[in-house]
Amino acid sequence: MSANDQFQCKSLLVFLSDFVDGNLSEELCQEIECHAAGCEHCRIVVDTLRKTISLYHECADEPAEIPGEIRSQLFKTLNLEDYLEK
Amino acid sequence: MYESKAVISIEALRLGDRREFARLVDAYSGPLYRLALKMLGNASDAEDALQNTFIKAFQHVDKFEGRSSLLTWLYRIASNEALMLLRKRHPETIFSDIPLEDEDDKNYDPVQITDWCCLPEEELLSAEARTILDRAVEHLPETLRIVFILRDIEDLSIQETSQVLGLSETAVKTRLLRARLRLREELSSYYGKRLNKRSKE
Repeated sequence: MSANDQFQCKSLLVFLSDFVDGNLSEELCQEIECHAAGCEHCRIVVDTLRKTISLYHECADEPAEIPGEIRSQLFKTLNLEDYLEK
Repeated sequence: MYESKAVISIEALRLGDRREFARLVDAYSGPLYRLALKMLGNASDAEDALQNTFIKAFQHVDKFEGRSSLLTWLYRIASNEALMLLRKRHPETIFSDIPLEDEDDKNYDPVQITDWCCLPEEELLSAEARTILDRAVEHLPETLRIVFILRDIEDLSIQETSQVLGLSETAVKTRLLRARLRLREELSSYYGKRLNKRSKE
């Protein structure tokens, strides 16, 4: 890795989150894509970071529900037992 | 961000309508419980945080000004409750006395460089992998963890996350990047080993 590559890799890190979230200007995106195409190190960092986030998204897509017994206890604590039946 | 199908009347809540409170609890306890569970790492603490959240919400509903959404307001209370409980019950796990923004960026430089994206989906989301995913979040310092949970698990925007936590958007972005980089390292270490194992099989 040359000193110039190291500099580019370092600046990529700063923009990484915005890049994977699609919040960067087209120009900056192109610059990063161009660098990553020739830099295996950064390509892997970008791809695995994107995959890391998408794995958490996939898990979070499953409905967030509280277990029945916790709901019952919650209603009891909040004095809402009269409304336990949905 | 999670969107409840139920339309809750703030007016009814302010007037102390119990039925409306019950509807509020049913509409929002799912995502708030998930936030508390991911933040605290165990069901019993998460249940306490959830209860405290609704108790506070009931007590302070007159202070809800409607400038943010009801869910953002509830996330704010739940985040504070979870952080408070964490500090009380597990003071040994608190990392955040150093202002994070002053920390050296070098601590977050990528170290694990293995391309594990090619692993099949059933391997990436196996029961074991899901435990690793959860554990990796638990290993984050709590100031990074809360930002990651709100933004990447609960799907709030950067702006909403900054409103919930009372942080600037720049601070949210810095913490989010650091959280994501740390998680990437931990997942790379696990999936890298899986990749190795598969290539030997």
